[in-house]
Amino acid sequence: MKLPTFKHLVAALGITVAVGFAHAGELTVSAAASLTNAFKDMAASYEVQHAGSKVFVNFGASGALLQQMVKGAPVDIFASADQETMDAAEKQGLVAAKDRRNFVRNTLVVVVPSDSKMPIGRLEDLGLPAVQKVAFGNPTSVPVGRYAQHALEAAKLWPAVSGKAINTENVRQSLDYVARGEVDAGFVYATDAAIMPDKVTVAFDVPLDRAISYPIAKTLASANATEAENFIAYVLSPAGQAILNKYGFQKP
Amino acid sequence: MEHAWPALALSLKVAGWSTAINLVLGVGVGFLLARWRFPGRDLLDTLLTLPMVMPPTVLGYYLLVLIGRRGALGAWLHEQFGINLIFTWQGAVIAASVVAFPLVFKPARAAFEAVDGQLEQAARVLGISEPAVFFRVTLPLAWRGILAGVLLAFARALGEFGATLMVAGNIPGKTQTLSIAMYEAVQAGQDDTANILVLITSVVCITVLLTAGRLAPGRIANQ
Repeated sequence: MKLPTFKHLVAALGITVAVGFAHAGELTVSAAASLTNAFKDMAASYEVQHAGSKVFVNFGASGALLQQMVKGAPVDIFASADQETMDAAEKQGLVAAKDRRNFVRNTLVVVVPSDSKMPIGRLEDLGLPAVQKVAFGNPTSVPVGRYAQHALEAAKLWPAVSGKAINTENVRQSLDYVARGEVDAGFVYATDAAIMPDKVTVAFDVPLDRAISYPIAKTLASANATEAENFIAYVLSPAGQAILNKYGFQKP
Repeated sequence: MEHAWPALALSLKVAGWSTAINLVLGVGVGFLLARWRFPGRDLLDTLLTLPMVMPPTVLGYYLLVLIGRRGALGAWLHEQFGINLIFTWQGAVIAASVVAFPLVFKPARAAFEAVDGQLEQAARVLGISEPAVFFRVTLPLAWRGILAGVLLAFARALGEFGATLMVAGNIPGKTQTLSIAMYEAVQAGQDDTANILVLITSVVCITVLLTAGRLAPGRIANQ
């Protein structure tokens, strides 16, 4: 057998790269980790409705997604779990104010492992000495961690609970630690808790002084603005809202 | 920024402990596999080398399942001794040790296999006990290869990220190592902190490599 020469390899590489760049109907959506299941569904049904379109969804903590875009990641649509991160994106010139739409709402809850015997029924209980580890997203980059911090600060419980914090990279990691019983409790969204009903139990809804509302926007750098607008319209349409509703998200 | 120095101290502590553990385990197992012939030796060698090629996330998951509160070993440790390894620096040491183990074990085995058996035989003929043969003849002859592996393992443990993050989490001052602090700073867009951490990490790595370069020839000259 003749071995491929260096020239062949370079040619093959060149073709691969060219094909990678060539696709037109492609969209990249950066979406908050809590949207993982719903947006996978959303992308699949959008592709069915729009033949020839391909939607790639990139999940992570909203703050981490923002930093990827700040550093130049080629993203067409950004869906954040809080207004603060989207505000920052707007301030950095990544999205325009007129393109922002609130598309869904969520509830902050505290979950415990389903076999937990701890008497956790309200926010104050997290200050009990028996509660040693509480998972929540790192407040510097994860919205659910910021919501949790706000709630604890408003209840004057932050000093008592912050020492028990297990910082996580996103809300799904908090959920996973609770499901494995590695922590005594964790702050997640109601929609996350609904993913693992057999492993985690919702102890209580966390009272917040503001609504948890998710904004979505096409980016100003999008190379595919029309397609991006189509996708956002689909998310806001009755069909799109039905998908989100299926996963427990509330109407905006 | 205030987390940079504790993170450096923790990284050095974790890397130091895991290197000490691997020095004993890696050299021991390397010696056994070099000298003992038994069925399944190749399979065991492969299993022990796996951490070198497996993604750290896979190792992290294995460890989480094994030493987690509901893991086979973790549940037992918790019930018998009240020991909990997840979210502790000891957990980080275990993660780093597993990841870096092949880097000590592989060169150690090769180094022991390269030792001339006649020299050991000569020592035995002269009436030296078996442990003395190992410590006074075999180990000094294999030392060069072992040391190279140990330094690599230290460097690898210092940079460990994936498995450590999964097992020990990210708790500033407790389990937040340099590489995890670095990741957090980038995720949060704190480029000033990231720059300082990168600088510290680079200086530490260069120091380790320079020390390695100075240490190695001296040791060999002493042989």
